[in-house]
Amino acid sequence: MEAEDDIGRHMMDENEIYANGGDGAGAETQRQRPIISGEQLDVEAYAALYSGRTKIMRLLFIAERCDNVSMQLEALRMAYDEIKKGENTHIFRDVVQKIDGRLGPNYGPDPAWADAVDRRAEQRREKLENELNAYRTNLIKESIRMGYNDFGDFYYAHGALAEAFKNYVRTRDYCTTSKHIVHMCLNAILVSIEMGQFTHVTSYVSKAEQTPDAVDAVTSAKLHCAAGLAHLEGKKYKLAARKFLETGPELGNNYTEVIAAQDVATYGGLCALASFDRTELKSKVIDNSNFRNFLELVPEIRELIQDFYTSHYASCLEYLGNLKANLLLDIHLHDHVETLYDQIRNKALIQYTHPFVSVDLRMMANAFKTSIAGLEKELEALITENQIQARIDSHNKVLYARHADQRNATFQRVLQTGGEFDRDVRAMLLRVSLMKHDYALKASRKQH
Amino acid sequence: MNLNASTNSVEALVAKIQGLSGGTARDLAHLHSLLKESEDLLVSSDSTRPSPASFLSELDPSKHSLGYLYFLEASTSRPISKEGSGEVALSITRFIDACKADQIRLAPDKFISVCRRFKDQVLLAEAPIRGVAPMLIAVRKLQISSEQLTPLHPDFLLLCLLAKCYKTGLSVLEDYIYEVDQPRDFFLYCYYGGMICIGQKQFRKASELLHNVVTAPMSTINAIAVEAYKKYILVSLIYAGQFSTSFPKYTSSVAQRNLKNFSQPYLDLAISYSTGKISELESCVQMHKEKFEADNNLGVVKQVVSSMYKRNIQRLTQTYLTLSLEDIANSVQLKSSKEAEMHVLQMIQDGEIYATINQKDGMVRFLEDPEQYKTCQMIEHIDSSIQRIMALSKKLSAMDEHISCDALYLAKVGRERHRFDFEDFDSVPQKLNM
Repeated sequence: MEAEDDIGRHMMDENEIYANGGDGAGAETQRQRPIISGEQLDVEAYAALYSGRTKIMRLLFIAERCDNVSMQLEALRMAYDEIKKGENTHIFRDVVQKIDGRLGPNYGPDPAWADAVDRRAEQRREKLENELNAYRTNLIKESIRMGYNDFGDFYYAHGALAEAFKNYVRTRDYCTTSKHIVHMCLNAILVSIEMGQFTHVTSYVSKAEQTPDAVDAVTSAKLHCAAGLAHLEGKKYKLAARKFLETGPELGNNYTEVIAAQDVATYGGLCALASFDRTELKSKVIDNSNFRNFLELVPEIRELIQDFYTSHYASCLEYLGNLKANLLLDIHLHDHVETLYDQIRNKALIQYTHPFVSVDLRMMANAFKTSIAGLEKELEALITENQIQARIDSHNKVLYARHADQRNATFQRVLQTGGEFDRDVRAMLLRVSLMKHDYALKASRKQH
Repeated sequence: MNLNASTNSVEALVAKIQGLSGGTARDLAHLHSLLKESEDLLVSSDSTRPSPASFLSELDPSKHSLGYLYFLEASTSRPISKEGSGEVALSITRFIDACKADQIRLAPDKFISVCRRFKDQVLLAEAPIRGVAPMLIAVRKLQISSEQLTPLHPDFLLLCLLAKCYKTGLSVLEDYIYEVDQPRDFFLYCYYGGMICIGQKQFRKASELLHNVVTAPMSTINAIAVEAYKKYILVSLIYAGQFSTSFPKYTSSVAQRNLKNFSQPYLDLAISYSTGKISELESCVQMHKEKFEADNNLGVVKQVVSSMYKRNIQRLTQTYLTLSLEDIANSVQLKSSKEAEMHVLQMIQDGEIYATINQKDGMVRFLEDPEQYKTCQMIEHIDSSIQRIMALSKKLSAMDEHISCDALYLAKVGRERHRFDFEDFDSVPQKLNM
């Protein structure tokens, strides 16, 4: 540091940052370590957040993804219990196969139960069919709608998602009030999310939002969540972040068959970090009283957003690192964790370098808990993509900001554009000449 | 018409030539028609008559160029023996040197055919270098303006290529061509020209010429365009570091549909180049090596590979202020820091990067482009560019005016306009009905 007297001023700033990012954050994390769920996911607590089919699917997803056998069995056990409450024998057989007798006789294939459910299902289906036929002959709109809806519910409960979707959508022709339409849309969205058909989700969300009567707060929150999920799956993180951030606190525990309030905080927070700039982050996330309620549910995310905004990158990245294992077990987020993390990290690197004329790479590496060589590679990639305007002094391990000379750049561009114009016009004249020849040839042939 | 009667003998014709050649333009035109009429007389294979060659000595190529041309053409149209080949070539060379441009331009076909025979003779003798200088003179004499493409252009460039006289070839390529008679001449001119520019490592010019071939209007695909497209891919990679597989929209649809099918190995090469990894590029070259060799493009392909090193080093200058030679070698996949040093040195010499090498620490310090755009030369350069572009746009508007007055064009457009008008006319009452 003594060697770089000329840049001493910046060094001091960096020292501060370094202190914040390094030591200070270290103390903080120590204090808060008990909160951070670096340890294993509490499957039971997690499962309690959800209901219905998504609970089963999430548990199965965890069982499939995690390599910890006890956790796997725990997830399978809970899934088994949950399935027993419902009527989906298909998925029941699947789970039994996966458990493979590892959980004792209580969790074996229960043929009596399964057969009973199947039989009841068959009877119910016949009954529903008869009812629906009767309604259809009488042409009572409302009853037909109810009939189709019941069919949808029935298929959904038995895991025939495509059939359920078809029946729910059929109710559309018999909807008379906008409430019905919203109901239909919500059903369609629910099934589409389960099927992973997120294009349907987007279209039904917009359909629901277009209904003439204003939707109530809970429904609106649900729609926002669904749209957010669709954008997330489509890798449109910024739009996803907006949707999650706009989700009203009315959501509460009303949409547990799809998403928990904690998820809104996690998804929204991470997407916002990855895609928002500093001012947006401040105005739309940190100062957003609505969203703060969600963030309170997941203090880790709240802390890491705060750390990111106050430039405590080391602590922020540590939180992220701790959360990663659990996020990878999330049914919706797992595919996007890597991308989001990369984007957040790049953003942090860019923000770190932004205010300085020169940055000592050693300190920066320290702040980001990485090696100098690794940092150099990361910075190189960012500079090549023109995300950071700087150059690396690899000898002295300093990053220097580079300010483009507007005048020279303009001259360069003018000369280049002139050259291109010159070339294009000449090529054009030549082509005209050739076409003229071609045309004259054709004309002379025609005359003969 | 006693004139006609008297031209029945070659001797009389010679006399006419001697008499009329020195005269006015009208005399020359008269002589030209006379010569045309007596063409049969000259080419008749009647061996009892003296060959036209024997009369050549009576004519002075510098004074009686037109007549001499006809006699020369006739004498060389007969099969030429191997021994006589050198003699013929020599006499044509002399004629090209001495002839009067305004006289030979009256009979360009004859002149072109003589020159082509000359080219064949030179090639037969396997001494293309002997043909370069005379051909250049021939091109210049035949050209009415430097913007005109003569049918001799491709022949000249071919000789230059075979004789490896690239510099001489470039002197012709520096003229901007705007007037084209035969598309085939144009295709060959650009193709050979592109090859000469590649030989001289003028890749910008080469890509321009080859681009002209690829995007030229054509109704059927031709071999010249296919080969030009292959070379165009390679040159683009060397010159610009990338190749876009999409054609400009003015490219003929035939070319857009077919060219890619013929040049898959080259497109693969462009894809592997875009990865920026030497190893991938080299494995691609290995895979298609035979194909490249068969196309006689292996040398250029090798230049593509070495351009990748350069480009990677150039990219480093964007990112780093200083970097050790070892790191350079690692990041551009060179074998040793020594090799990296050689590359960097070469690039500094060629003005491709601005840098200094510190041999003590093995560090390279990259500098910014020292050009400040403040010197007089730069101002002059910019000024001349402006002048050039102004002249060009004047030419463009002149061309536009010319075409808008062109009878053929107007006839075509008029026909279409007429049809449109008719429809417009039709639609009016319908609108009124509504």
